[in-house]
Amino acid sequence: MIRDITLGQYYPGKSAIHRLDARTKIIGTLAFIIELFVVNNFWGFLVAVVALFTVIGISKVPVKFIFRGLTAVFLIIAFTFIINMFLVEGKVLWHWGIFTITYEGLKRASFMAVRLILLIIGSSMLTLCTKPIELTDGLEKLLKPFSKIGVPSHEIALMMTIALRFIPTLMEETDKIIKAQEARGADFDSGNIIQRAKSLIPILIPLFISSFRIAQELALAMEARCYHGGAGRTRMNEIHFGRGDAWAAVCMVLFLGVIIASRFMGAAI
Amino acid sequence: MRQRSTLVRCTEINSFIEVRNLIIDYTRIDEEGHSVLVKRAVNDVSFTIEKGSFVSVVGMNGSGKSTMAKALNGLLLPSEGEVLVDGMSTRNEDDLWNIRSRVGMVFQNPDNQIVSSIVEDDVAFGPENIGVPPEEIRRRVDDALRRVDMYDCKDKGAHMLSGGQKQRIAIAGTVAMRPECIVFDEPTAMLDPSGRRQVMDIIRELNNDGITCILITHFMEEAAQADRVIVMKDGKIYSDSTPDELFADRALIEGAGLEMPPIIDLREKVAALGVDIPESIVTTEQLEAFLRG
Repeated sequence: MIRDITLGQYYPGKSAIHRLDARTKIIGTLAFIIELFVVNNFWGFLVAVVALFTVIGISKVPVKFIFRGLTAVFLIIAFTFIINMFLVEGKVLWHWGIFTITYEGLKRASFMAVRLILLIIGSSMLTLCTKPIELTDGLEKLLKPFSKIGVPSHEIALMMTIALRFIPTLMEETDKIIKAQEARGADFDSGNIIQRAKSLIPILIPLFISSFRIAQELALAMEARCYHGGAGRTRMNEIHFGRGDAWAAVCMVLFLGVIIASRFMGAAI
Repeated sequence: MRQRSTLVRCTEINSFIEVRNLIIDYTRIDEEGHSVLVKRAVNDVSFTIEKGSFVSVVGMNGSGKSTMAKALNGLLLPSEGEVLVDGMSTRNEDDLWNIRSRVGMVFQNPDNQIVSSIVEDDVAFGPENIGVPPEEIRRRVDDALRRVDMYDCKDKGAHMLSGGQKQRIAIAGTVAMRPECIVFDEPTAMLDPSGRRQVMDIIRELNNDGITCILITHFMEEAAQADRVIVMKDGKIYSDSTPDELFADRALIEGAGLEMPPIIDLREKVAALGVDIPESIVTTEQLEAFLRG
């Protein structure tokens, strides 16, 4: 299941979206997420969905690939939906014992679910269409102004690069440990929730130790390759703002306008 | 492919790395704050490495070979003695980055030395650190990837590669820094036979191109491919000779706790059958060429 999470994965491509400056995409994604929480009616969501699918279409990332990432968080979405459905008071549609479904509850639950789905797809589009190194470079550049007040922008960016790089490695490591413990008779699938949680300890401790070992080896390898902090470093691919980014910015402003307008329109309808 | 001209060898016999009475101690700080000697990993070792040579270092586990290797580019500093790289001491902090850009290092575990998720970004990491201009980095990265025959994978994710491919990326990452010398610290220990062969081929090619190669290994058949083999035992140099001299001396090899490469056993068996076979044959290729010719 862990392998299905597309959040944080990169889908190689050469589309217009891929070629955008990482900073544009980071800001765009942030704006999109904020806008999702501004939206409060059906038309607004329709606009957001259309906008998102336009981006997906341009990026040429297979829709199936994107939706695979949703399966992993399906539980969270379902949970949110159910909680909202039962707990909001209003016009009663259905009633049984302590369970009551209201019109408002149903509406809020569906909005919340759609919001979450769009949120996850939107943010996974950022990583799917941006090389990890560009993403972290973009972040470093965006954080640069804050380095004056002590934000270690280069270090944060490097930490992110390494974290992304080692997700698959640590997953393999976890897999190995699980198999090794199972071979010695460990049982991870039975018992109540406390027993199951306890049975994770023989996985977590070796994983913890091996991640320290990996970190130490990586640090040595980085030092051997002359890493000595952000000062004096150059970049193979300098990121720069192009014409595409200007167009993307125009689209984002338009989208923002429509979303805000939809909020008032929704009130009118 | 071993046609490094004798001219080069004669004119450049100047030493590139000079190790003088190197001692490396592993210490621990005890409860009272005194440092306590845990192990003297390298004990009074001296040798020089010539420019353009291919030297292998063998020895049992715990013989100090890896520790010694890490001292060559200042990852570990001498407790006593000195390591000079082209005249610069690793103790001098101002020269450290210069030394490391000239003496590259490839480690054992291919997974734990790759920094970026994407192949070409990882190869660019070294040149970026030493402040090479962007267009030049691009040229070096492409060139390094071609040299390890991984150019077609430059956009791939590092996690999708095999162990041998990852190790080739790690080599490319070092080659892209244009070092004069590369120290390989058991680069094939975690690879399958085909990965090992590829890595060894690359090491030989790099050496042919004039890069000084130092190969730390515990595979004797790999050590046999070098021009010179240093055998280490208990932190000291046990023997320092050419591979054919070394493999002619069974007592010496066994004394160091090592095993004869299978090819030598085979050669001796062939010789025992009455075939007149020269003792200079120490690799499979040489034996094959001899038996065919």
